[in-house]
Amino acid sequence: MLLWLALSGCASLNGGAVRGTGDLGVIIERADGAVSLLETTGNSLLGRVSGLGDLSHASVVYSRDERYAFVFGRDGGLSKVDLLTGRLAGRVMQSGNSIGGAISQDGRWVAVSNYTPGGVRIFDAETLELKADIPSFWGEGGKRSKVVGLVDAPGEKFVFSLWDAGEIWVVDVSDIDAPSIRRFRNIGRNPYDALITPDGRYYIAGLFGEDGMALLDLWNLDAGVRRILPDYGKGERKLPVYKMPHLEGWAIAGRLAFVPAVGRHEVLVIDTEDWSLKRRIPVHGQPVFVMARPDGRQVWVNFAVPRNDTVQVIDTQSLSVVKTLKPGKGVLHMEFEPRGEQVWLSVRDRSKVQIYDTATLKLLRELSVRTPSGIFFTDRAHRIGL
Amino acid sequence: MKPLSRLLPFLLMSLSLHAAEPDKARQQELIYLLKQDCGSCHGLTLKGGLGPALLPQQLHGKSLDYLTTTILDGHPGTAMPPWRGLMAENEARWLAKALQRGVK
Ligand code: HEC
Repeated sequence: MLLWLALSGCASLNGGAVRGTGDLGVIIERADGAVSLLETTGNSLLGRVSGLGDLSHASVVYSRDERYAFVFGRDGGLSKVDLLTGRLAGRVMQSGNSIGGAISQDGRWVAVSNYTPGGVRIFDAETLELKADIPSFWGEGGKRSKVVGLVDAPGEKFVFSLWDAGEIWVVDVSDIDAPSIRRFRNIGRNPYDALITPDGRYYIAGLFGEDGMALLDLWNLDAGVRRILPDYGKGERKLPVYKMPHLEGWAIAGRLAFVPAVGRHEVLVIDTEDWSLKRRIPVHGQPVFVMARPDGRQVWVNFAVPRNDTVQVIDTQSLSVVKTLKPGKGVLHMEFEPRGEQVWLSVRDRSKVQIYDTATLKLLRELSVRTPSGIFFTDRAHRIGL
Repeated sequence: MKPLSRLLPFLLMSLSLHAAEPDKARQQELIYLLKQDCGSCHGLTLKGGLGPALLPQQLHGKSLDYLTTTILDGHPGTAMPPWRGLMAENEARWLAKALQRGVK
């Protein structure tokens, strides 16, 4: 009865008809604390859910049934949005200041990484009840580090990095009442974000405080953390970094991986066979997101302020930029449709979301969304690390 | 008419030289930059993120010169970047004042 009532409330979204959720998604409206709901079959907006707090640096993960979006807000709010009814299904204020989150392999636990107080908190995905609290203590005197680069990994694990401490922690939540933690110290100065390969094997943290990246092979934890690309750009002057790059989407094509260079107008190409630097591709500005089309044939790049009006497309066969687009100031995020035929871009300062055909690189449609930032499609539900 | 139009560029120049404050349009741009771009580290509402909170109570007791220099030159060895090149000195000072007062 209750269920029926709740579902009948979805009339505004889909006329009460039964529908799947595999082509749904949300767009963060960062200034308004709201998300727009969208569908990618007809490329339209379905509705809007507000009251989600400060979303200036928000990210989203999905429940395993692709019905609920868990939205992590900057102000520490964790909101659960029901895509079918277009309603808020739950919300907790879980800390003062958070940065991102992840959902466990089995979909039962939602983890949130926090800046203040530093640490990770784990919630029941069903009820949003707090299940585990992992403060990121380091050094002497009870200091807590800011936590970044939180991802899920196979084996009911969460992996994250400690910005202040320069550590990577692997937490096993097979027993949620007694999570076990494995710490890796001295991984390098100021890890700013991290990613996990699509197979869930390698966790790689980017370093802000020094050149290179820290690599952890989750299949061989005893081997410890290994430094990769330690001396690319040695002796060259770095530019001021106006925005931290993101390592969310692992851009991988064949055996090559593409990552942003910190403080340089370059995308780095890494050979994943031996983790050596294969190429530095000159680009328009300092890359923020470097995202591969799902088939790996193209890599799309956006840039930090003051060059954030541009997007470039790299061809992964020739390893060169084949197209420069100017969507307008404040291009903050890109999301490919599950099979990659189209890509959505948020253009914050113009309050537009643009949809491009990735084969012709032509603009197909522009939607009006107020100060859009992150765009997240439900197919993330079934991808490791997203 | 003629003498005035000839004078105008000089008038404008001396105005901008002595201008303690950026004009209204630029002020709006600076506040937008503060919220959006400084906000990517300090939070859209300046309550802190990777960088510390920049609300009046946190900045209390810190001098205008310190704040202005911080904005222009950053804090080397930390994630606070130098903004010289993207804004002029009088603009950084105006922003620093705005931070001390509190930005709505
Ligand atoms: C890439 C991240 C980043 C961006 C962008 C950024 N800051 Fe900062 N900022 C920091 C960090 C980190 C610190 C702390 C530095 C330290 O530990 O000394 C800081 C410190 C400061 C301080 C000193 C605060 C104090 O209490 O002493 C001021 C003022 C400041 N920032 C203003 C700004 C302004 C204005 C902008 C935009 C024009 C800006 N910041 C953009 C990261 C950033």
